[in-house]
Formats: sequence, C-alpha cells, structure tokens
Amino acid sequence: MLEIRNLHASVGGTEILHGLDLSVKAGEVHAVMGPNGSGKSTLAQVLAGHPAYTVTQGTVHFEGKDLLELAPEERAQAGVFLAFQYPVEIRGVTNAYFLRSALNAIRKARGEEELDPVDFLDVLDRKLKAIGWDDSLMQRPVNEGFSGGEKKRNEILQLAVLEPRLGVLDETDSGLDIDALKTVAEAVNKLRSKDRAFIVVTHYQRLLNYIVPDRVHVLADGRIVRSGGKELALELEDRGYDWIREPAAV
Amino acid sequence: MTTSIESQVLQPYKYGFVTDIDADTVPPGLSEDVVRLISQKKGEPAFMLEWRLKAYRHWLSMTEPTWANVHHAPIDYQAIRYYAAPKQEKQKLDSLDQVDPKLLETFEKLGIPISERKRLAGVAVDAVFDSVSVATTFREELAKAGVIFCPFSDAVREHPELVERHLGSVVPYTDNFFATLNSAVFSDGSFAYIPKGVRCPMELSTYFRINAQATGQFERTLIVADEGAYVSYLEGCSAPQRDENQLHAAVVELVALEGATIKYSTVQNWYPGDEQGRGGIYNFVTKRGKAMKNAKLSWTQVETGSAITWKYPSCILQGDNSVGEFYSVAVTANRQQADTGTKMIHIGKNTKSTIVSKGISAGHGQNTYRGRVQILKSAIGARNYSQCDSMLIGDKCGAHTFPYIDVRNSTAIMEHEASTSKIGEDQILYCKQRGLSAEDAVSMIVAGFCKQVFRELPMEFAVEAQNLLGISLEGSVG
Repeated sequence: MLEIRNLHASVGGTEILHGLDLSVKAGEVHAVMGPNGSGKSTLAQVLAGHPAYTVTQGTVHFEGKDLLELAPEERAQAGVFLAFQYPVEIRGVTNAYFLRSALNAIRKARGEEELDPVDFLDVLDRKLKAIGWDDSLMQRPVNEGFSGGEKKRNEILQLAVLEPRLGVLDETDSGLDIDALKTVAEAVNKLRSKDRAFIVVTHYQRLLNYIVPDRVHVLADGRIVRSGGKELALELEDRGYDWIREPAAV
Repeated sequence: MTTSIESQVLQPYKYGFVTDIDADTVPPGLSEDVVRLISQKKGEPAFMLEWRLKAYRHWLSMTEPTWANVHHAPIDYQAIRYYAAPKQEKQKLDSLDQVDPKLLETFEKLGIPISERKRLAGVAVDAVFDSVSVATTFREELAKAGVIFCPFSDAVREHPELVERHLGSVVPYTDNFFATLNSAVFSDGSFAYIPKGVRCPMELSTYFRINAQATGQFERTLIVADEGAYVSYLEGCSAPQRDENQLHAAVVELVALEGATIKYSTVQNWYPGDEQGRGGIYNFVTKRGKAMKNAKLSWTQVETGSAITWKYPSCILQGDNSVGEFYSVAVTANRQQADTGTKMIHIGKNTKSTIVSKGISAGHGQNTYRGRVQILKSAIGARNYSQCDSMLIGDKCGAHTFPYIDVRNSTAIMEHEASTSKIGEDQILYCKQRGLSAEDAVSMIVAGFCKQVFRELPMEFAVEAQNLLGISLEGSVG
C-alpha cells in the first residue's frame, strides 16, 4: 500500500530524514518509535504534504501513485489521513459542518454524490455507533476550547467518518490520561480492517499496549535503525533509546 | 508565512459593466445654480430648496476631514457631475413594464428583479440608477398596510409634512463635510414610513447603481418607524469598473419612535478598484439612527467593495431602555482601504449597545475599526459590549483598531474584547489534509470568523454576503 524508499526531507534548510525506508501493506499496523528529534513527526508531515517540509531525495508510492506529486488535498482524497499531534482550531465552524464539507470534498473527488445535511447525519450516526462514541463534539466549533483529550478524540472521529485507506497517527497519545488513551485506542482498534493500514507514531510504548502493532520501527537520526515485532517496543521500554544507537550485536 | 499565502489574484469584479443609456445630466461643478437646478428638476417644494441652499452655504465654510486612516489624492469637487438621470418619457409610468428595458435588464443582470413578472418574493425593491429611483415594487401592497415606501423625491412631493419633520433630525445639514455636501445636492434615495403599531409585512430594500461617468452619487435615505412599528430594510449597491475614482456620499437617517424597531442591513459592493489601486468608489457615507424610549436600532453591514470606505453607522440612544446594535464585516483586499466602525451615544437610562466588528485584510488592504462609545451623565445603568476582531491574510496588509470610550456615569458597565488572528499555513494544511481545497478552506475559515455578523442578516442576504466574501478573497491564499 505504502512504499517509502530512501526518503530525505528537510525543513528550514536542515535535513531531518536521511534516507528512510518503510513498506506498509493493507491491513497492517506499524508503530514508528524514536527519541525526540529523531524525525517521527517529520515523517508524518511529509506524508501529509506540509509545505514547510521539502523532500530532497527518494520516493513515496501510495497504492501505485507517486504520493509526492500530489497536493495535500489530493492525498486526502486518495485516502491518506493524518491525525495531527496539534490539531488546529477553526473558530465559528462547527465540527459537523467541517466534517461534512470534508467528506463531500472527498466524495466529489471520487465521483460520488455529495451528502446533504440529513444524509450526513445518518452516516455520522452510524460511524459514531461503530466506535461507541456520542455526538457531543459535533455542534462545537472545530477544536475550539477542546481539552487535549477532546482534540485527540476528534481526530479519530474524523478518521472514522472519512474512512481513509491509510491512517497516520502522530503522537495521538501525547497529553492523554490513561482513560482517554484507552478510549482512543479502542476506537482505533474498531477501525482496523484488512483494507486499512495504520502508521502509529509514538514516543512511548504505553499506547502499544492497547493498539497492538504488527511491526515496530525505531527511528534515530532520520533513519529506521531497527525493525521488529511488537516485542521490540517492550524492549525499548526497558532499555530506553540509547542502546539502539549502539551498533547492533552481531 | 510563506509565499504561497502571499499570492494575490483578485477575481475580476463581476458587476463592472456599463449600461449604454441616454442620460439627462447637469454640467460638472458645484454652485448655487446647480443646487437650484437639481431642486427644480425634481419639482421640489420651497422648504426643500431652502434647506439645500443652507447646506450648500454651510458646506462652503467647511474643509474635508483628514482624521481618517485613509490616503487618497485630493478630490476636485468642481470636476464632479452632481446629477445624472436616465432619460425617460415624461408622463408618469403606470406600470414597471414601461420602464426602459435597458434599465430593467441592468438590474436583472445584477440579480435584482424589478420587472412585474420576476419580483423577488417577499421583498419590496426600490432601484436607484445614478441620481434617480427607477422602480419601486410592491408599493400598492405596502400601502394597504399603511406603509409608505417610495423614492425620496416622490416623498418630498407627496408627503412633504413627514419629510420636513424628520429630514435632518438625526443628521443635521451641518453635520460633517460629506453629509453637508449630500444635503445640498442629494438627488434621490428611498423613503419609508411605517405607521404606529405596524409590522412591515415584507423586507424593504433599495439597490443603488452608479452608471454615468464622472458622476457623484448622493442619495439620501430616511426611514421613520412610528411608535411600536417594525421594519427590516436592506441596501445593496454596485458600480461599473472605471479607471477614475467616483465619489459616493450618501446619508441614511433612521428614526425609531417609542417602542419601534428598525433593522438596517447593507451589503456594499461598489467597484473596489483594480490590483494596482486604480479606480474604485470613494464611499464616504453618514449613517445614523435615533432611538426613542424602548426603541431598537440594529445596523448590520458587509463591506466588500469601494476603494475607500469611510462609514460609521451610529445610534443615538436617546430614550430610556433603548437598544443599539452594530454588526460589521469589512473586507479589504488589493489596495482597498476601510476606516469604519460605529458610534453609540447613550443618553437615556438603561440603554444598551452591542458592537461586533470583524475586519479582514488581504493583499495590501488596510482595515481600520474606529468606534466611539459615549455614556452621558444622564445614562444611568447604561451597558456596552464591544468586540473587535481582525483577521490578516498574507503579510502586506494591515489591521488597526481605534476604540474611543467616553464614560460620564459611574453606573455604566463597559466590556471590550479585541483579537487579531492570521489565517495560517497550519489552518490551511489542516483543512487540505481533510480533502478541502485551499479556496474552500479560506472561505470556510472566513465564514466562521464572520458568523456572528452573518447570522444577523436576513436569509437571502446572508447567502449573498457569504458568496461575495468568497469572491473577494478568491486567490488570496495559494
């Protein structure tokens, strides 16, 4: 589904990613872990197409398409979703209106009919039921006055409604207490399917107790330095990130 | 902010066409003779001419104000033509279908249906073309409710007692440079009178169109709501695209007698000039209302056009418990300048006022909010709430706020909030990441920003205003 080859990316003239390779298949959940400054969030932003990040080398293919050729909205329409680490506020625009506009933009790009507000409410109702949440966030302005937990929940709610093929969760666990973390993780687990992949970017192993990954990658200095199964995350938890920088034992 | 947000391409002004129609004009320049000629052409009674001449003589002693935060080349008042009217058959029109088809077509093009067959449902329209009113719809229907809605010049002839009593009662002919000029040379406009206890059965609206070249437009609107009456009034405007600047100096007076409510909404879309700032309308307008006991005045304005906007719809809260409101969205793109706001003058006890101002600047636009809240000694228990928000798009534009507060009574409660925000790369990216285009993202963010004001507009206008904003800012963010 996603093939990243030798990706180099910089921001403000400083190269952050120095040749990253990653391959994700449909249905898989990949965790990308690493210390602060290792390039985890850069990877997420580059996949979303943030204009401040420049790709200087390498390729990214998503379902056969050259992802780097696509504008951010085209990537979204193709099925790439980024759950932001810091979701922005949009004053005066209700979550429901925002989400319906987004869903309609995506449907339009796919040649599907746009939903009127009534049909949208039906869709929304179904999606909320599927992840077991209520609609208390829907009539509030997008992220305005939301608590940290509500913002993160809102990102997952949007993911549930927009139904992407690939969900990139950028430190969705940061700033969440244990109950909020469980709520979010349970919703993500319900959204896992054989057609959908996730890249879960996180600093801590904690989230991975709840969202169990198929693969774990450790990012250091802009490269993936180690990959393994879910037990790699536990090992990191025990030993910290420092040992990873040492040459792997032969 | 990066270069992608700086690119400024304004969608061409949609209403810039010129109607080719013979006009009855007076030569350029201003003198007592011109004032007399205008009055004579309109067949006015003596009191009207006297009032005009007093205004003209007073105007000669005045100088153009310079305190506004706007910049323009000096205006040559002798180069302006003070009267232009499309030539019509002399006899009185029996029906709107006798109006010159070119005029009807002009208003149809502007989306203002005034022909008998295509009337706007539920809205009575007075269409003003250059200096004269060309059509007023639903006059008979309104008359059944006792509502008078007609061109100002008809009102002067047919209801002189009402005009004489109220004209200048809110904006005296000595008020300010532009209002005084207007008092001397105003040509037409709308007049509305809603009798005691009557709720006007439909929205009243006037559409102003400047067509002739080098002509100033000086219309005068007077709305009187008698005791306990209610009226909602809408004003729209546009002008052809020309390289020179044209002056629009209008006066609007609202009189809300005891227990009356007047809601006045404007969507101002005069030609704003081009990207380099050539051409466009100088919109120097005086709008003010007076509220007697328990009366309410509400101004809502969406200002997207004009090269320069100088306008402060104000409320004199004279009666006890009277209420004044001002809701404003002002957009300046390209080289547009706006200095706009309101004055709330609290005289009566327990008077209340609300000010919500939203300024949006893009390109090289300069947007100034200027407001004065004055609580006089007599205004025991007065309250004001003011909120001024500015939004910047790009980094070459400017937002300025000048709130003046003058409180002479210790029982007053004043609240003032202000904010400045910038549409950021991050907000745009967030919307794009959800599948929205940059244009849709901007129009959504702007609409959210303006929501408090839009919801005060009548439904048809709210949609128009939102579209207009979308057009004005199209291409602001790349």
